[in-house]
Amino acid sequence: MASSIPPHISLSVLSTIILLFCTEYANCNLGRRTSDALDTDFSVPLEHSFEIDDMPRFRRRGSLELRPGRETGVTISQSHLSEEDRNMLKEVAAVDGLYRIRVPRVALQVDRQTEKQTDGYLTAFVRACALVESHLSDIITLHTDVTGYLIGVSIVTLPGSCQGVEVEDEVDLESFNTTLSVMGPVTAPPPETAFFIERMEMEMEKKVKNPQEQKSFFAKYWYLILGGAVFLMATSSAQPPAGGDREQS
Amino acid sequence: MSWLRYSFAVFLYLLQCTDAVFEDQVGKFDWRQQYVGNVRFAFFDTHSQASKKLLVATEKNIFASLNSRTGELFWRHVDKTGPEGNIDALLVHGQDAVVVVGDGRVLRCWETNIGGLNWEVLLDTGSFQSAAFIGVQDFVKYVAVLKKSAISLHYLSNGHQKWVENLPDSDTVQYQTVYSGGQGEVLVLGLVPNSHIVIVSYNIEDGEIMEQMSVEAPWMSSLEESCVVVGRGILLCIDPITLSLYTLPLNLEEKAEMNQILLQSLDLEVSSGFQPLLTATQPNPARPPLTAFFLQLGPEHHILLDLSDGIITALRDFKPSRLATFATTGEKTVVGVMAPKNETACSINLFTVDTGRRLLDTTVIYHLDPSGGKPNKLHIQAFLKKDDSVGYRAMVQTEDFALTFLQQPGRVVWSREEALADVITMEMVDLPLTGTQAELEGEFGKKAAIQDGLFAMVLKRLSSQLILLQTTIGHLWKLFYDARKPRSQVKNEVTFETLSRDEFNLQKMMVMVTASGKLFGIDSKSGSILWKHYLENIQPDSAFNLMVQRTTAHFPHPPQCTLLVKDKETGLASLHVFNPIFGKKSHISVPALPRPILQTLLLPLMDQDYGKILLLIDDQYKVTAFPSNKNVLQQLQESASSIYFYLVDSSQGRLSGFRLRKDLSSELIWEVVIPVEVQKIVEVKGKRPNEHVHSQGRVMGDRSVLYKYLNPNLLAVVTESTDTHQERSFVGIVLIDGVTGRIIHDAVQKKAKGPVHFVHSENWVVYEYWNVKSRRIEFSVLELFEGMELYNSTVFSSLDRPHPPQVLQQSYIFPSPISTLEATLTEKGITSRHLLVGLPSGAILSLPKMFLDPRRPEMVSDQSREENLIPYAPELPIRAEWFINYNQTVARVRGIYTAPSGLESTCLVVAYGLDIYQTRVYPSKQFDVLKDDYDYVLISSVLLGLFFATMISKRLAEVKLLNRAWR
Repeated sequence: MASSIPPHISLSVLSTIILLFCTEYANCNLGRRTSDALDTDFSVPLEHSFEIDDMPRFRRRGSLELRPGRETGVTISQSHLSEEDRNMLKEVAAVDGLYRIRVPRVALQVDRQTEKQTDGYLTAFVRACALVESHLSDIITLHTDVTGYLIGVSIVTLPGSCQGVEVEDEVDLESFNTTLSVMGPVTAPPPETAFFIERMEMEMEKKVKNPQEQKSFFAKYWYLILGGAVFLMATSSAQPPAGGDREQS
Repeated sequence: MSWLRYSFAVFLYLLQCTDAVFEDQVGKFDWRQQYVGNVRFAFFDTHSQASKKLLVATEKNIFASLNSRTGELFWRHVDKTGPEGNIDALLVHGQDAVVVVGDGRVLRCWETNIGGLNWEVLLDTGSFQSAAFIGVQDFVKYVAVLKKSAISLHYLSNGHQKWVENLPDSDTVQYQTVYSGGQGEVLVLGLVPNSHIVIVSYNIEDGEIMEQMSVEAPWMSSLEESCVVVGRGILLCIDPITLSLYTLPLNLEEKAEMNQILLQSLDLEVSSGFQPLLTATQPNPARPPLTAFFLQLGPEHHILLDLSDGIITALRDFKPSRLATFATTGEKTVVGVMAPKNETACSINLFTVDTGRRLLDTTVIYHLDPSGGKPNKLHIQAFLKKDDSVGYRAMVQTEDFALTFLQQPGRVVWSREEALADVITMEMVDLPLTGTQAELEGEFGKKAAIQDGLFAMVLKRLSSQLILLQTTIGHLWKLFYDARKPRSQVKNEVTFETLSRDEFNLQKMMVMVTASGKLFGIDSKSGSILWKHYLENIQPDSAFNLMVQRTTAHFPHPPQCTLLVKDKETGLASLHVFNPIFGKKSHISVPALPRPILQTLLLPLMDQDYGKILLLIDDQYKVTAFPSNKNVLQQLQESASSIYFYLVDSSQGRLSGFRLRKDLSSELIWEVVIPVEVQKIVEVKGKRPNEHVHSQGRVMGDRSVLYKYLNPNLLAVVTESTDTHQERSFVGIVLIDGVTGRIIHDAVQKKAKGPVHFVHSENWVVYEYWNVKSRRIEFSVLELFEGMELYNSTVFSSLDRPHPPQVLQQSYIFPSPISTLEATLTEKGITSRHLLVGLPSGAILSLPKMFLDPRRPEMVSDQSREENLIPYAPELPIRAEWFINYNQTVARVRGIYTAPSGLESTCLVVAYGLDIYQTRVYPSKQFDVLKDDYDYVLISSVLLGLFFATMISKRLAEVKLLNRAWR
């Protein structure tokens, strides 16, 4: 994506992106990994719901595993969709129902788990047909606030459109192809005074180096000014001034 | 060299956008109205007979002088807002007006002629109780200020403190009144509620306590409410429980007791449930009060009584009477009484104060405004006529904050609508077409064409063309007629008859909603109030939401506005539906709203009468549609699955999205929770629905296009950290898609603090904050781009935009604090945008958006120069010629409203606060308008000349060809 940006914008993009863009992509585990992982890991359930009547009934889809340590590292492990679920998903897609996911509100730092109790969930949705047509390839993003606490979750599918393409192959709907990322807030840039002052100083230095530029305006263009003045005097003395100036009104 | 080059480029740019007002354009396209707010104290200057001054102190902390002949402001002093500038008391004597400000913090004396400050003194802390002039030997020399625990005496001439004394036992006694009868005594009256009164007498010279006594008064709970001083120092109190009057001579030396006089013994009866009220007058502070006083016995019953030698006699019974007041001119004091005459009018009469005799020929008829409030205060300006009889003018103050000044026999000299000092929200509505235009419209209406035959249509067409011709000739004749008159005599009176859309739609109807619950319709061209409507029973501090449901474009259906009034305490709301052009309340049945309303949604869907559908969401997430007929419900069912809305609960930091179901219930589809322990949501803003964006992208230096991310559902959420420590405080800005709940961007401005003002428009958000560390105001701009190619160029859907946009951001220093922020808006969005910044100084700055562009390069390159990008400079300039309101400052500007006009170059701007200012701005200059001084003669003569030249040369060429052929 970044490669498509021409260099002169990428400079300014970079300045916004570089700072605290703690995005970490993690490959999803498609294998049947047991949900009870290492003892040090903390796992958060990821639940989903897709119903014909659109009444949310959340079931477990997989789990997000948080790696211990200062850095936020999240991996996802999820199981295959059952035959029943696949049929259900296709039915929901046919009536343009919603596919919802939810995660509990937790802090993503493992060591801070004890501080806050889970209260409520964060939910997001995508059209079920889009999920089916993208062959279960979705991008889930977890958004955290400055303290690392989850504030929102979002899910998009790629491609995101619903064109009514029939998905025949059952294999396509068997397992999720999920890209998971965690995003914290970006630090907004303050006014770039230091750089500006530096540049001003450079300009000043350049001026000092170049004696041609040191000359004052009059010193450089005295002959033009003199010529202009002589010309003006000559013309004004040659003819009396015309009547009232129209521009005055 | 390159520095010089781009500084030159900036210079050139600035030269280009220098766009100030010429002197002869002042007031041509703009107007300003100044207000003072609801009047708390009003005094007519009785210093001289010919005086035209009316001194007012208002609830908006303003002290002003009005011209009593015209109602215009002579001068106005705007103090701080809030309790700090609150005017506690106003005393007027001669040319001096003494004002106590900010709960007794400051004592000021103003010169009333020119409004100059005579002197100002800071007072000791302590809550203010009362202030009074102290006279000595017919001469007012001092001002006494009574605080909770101290009294101070100041010279009226220079404000110097003569003495200050602590009050005895101030922790148990509530001192409430200070009184002086002009004999050089200072009496302070205090009260221990339901026990006794304390009277302390001070020596005027050194502040020594001369005597101190206490009188039993176990029935009394407040001195100020129930007591007055009448005659030669006699305290007169009323007890609403036993319905009796008590008298107590103040200057008795021995132990005194209150003398009880039962109202029954005077044959007086108090209306049930009414708290009787006493009013006395002291025309000259250096002399004792008059012996006559008013006793109000009921809401419409006053009685004038007289107390002399301990005996109370009734002078005159006024029943019915709404308001009664005293007025003094010279040595004469009169009584003005307003009595209801019939349903729509009241009559005001004068009576002598000593006998209660009615003065002849003093009736003034006051017509009650059916669209206004009830009168609640009467002020009388009395004056002596040449034959020594008393004449007067009356000022009536009504509960909708209007002042009406009346003259005999009932002519309204002027009126002021002080409710406009507190405009909450406003909309601009297009004016309707004229009758003839409407006729033409009707002719081409679909229904007419089907019903009538061909012949009838032709006849109709001819007749409407004739009418059009007639009006055109009439218009031309008027133009010609007006042109002969001097300009000053040509009056452009705006009435409902002449109200019609002009050719460029520059004149609109401003619908303003004020905090008092009064609605106004103001013509945007002249600023004259065309209609007003007072909504009674509006709780103070209500929230208002004004929506235009149907514009004027759907003739013959009248335009329709809906005002949602929401009580902040209970959340219960009511709807007021009205015609914005005439202000009339609509007869459409309004849905009952028994539950608190959380959110309103004006859909782009229309019912069969072209009214937009309004959805109201209550606290059980049930949706009420207005209007709600079969057609509407059917439409809603069809499109229910594509109607999404969001709710914000800032107390829990919760943003949630809902989708409408077919049965008008709703389902929760997304939820974002921002923990309130860390940050709180300050404001959420979407984009304006009437905004147009002309270009999809920006052409860059290398001729490629950078596409804008134009998400109409994007919400900008601004948060502030709860931690206010300098190092840890921050301002957060979260961009959320309102349909999917997807967080598009989340940025944190560190070491920043509110108040945050922000504008969200097109593909950008501009916000302003206080930088705690550097101690300055900063602006930051966020712009969102899709990238070099569009994902789906035909239609935008929040559900189908998988790629997050690129976000660019830059910040700048702004060298002034700001009060409000808004962006200009034009018809098609071709014109470049400006930001309108309301400054606390009252100026409105039109700042080109070009300066707030995150793509401003730090190092200049050929490409950035090609793109016309200004090189980055950390400070935003403020140029005097960018102030669109030149010297017409808008005091306490609180909001700016922008509306597009029919001309693409022109944007209509209304700034409101204490004042209202309307003007036009041309962000890209008037590229679609010929200049005022355009030389029509030259261009037409050149054209004609060329035409004749071609004719002649053609003829010559023909002759030449013929000659050649003959050769």
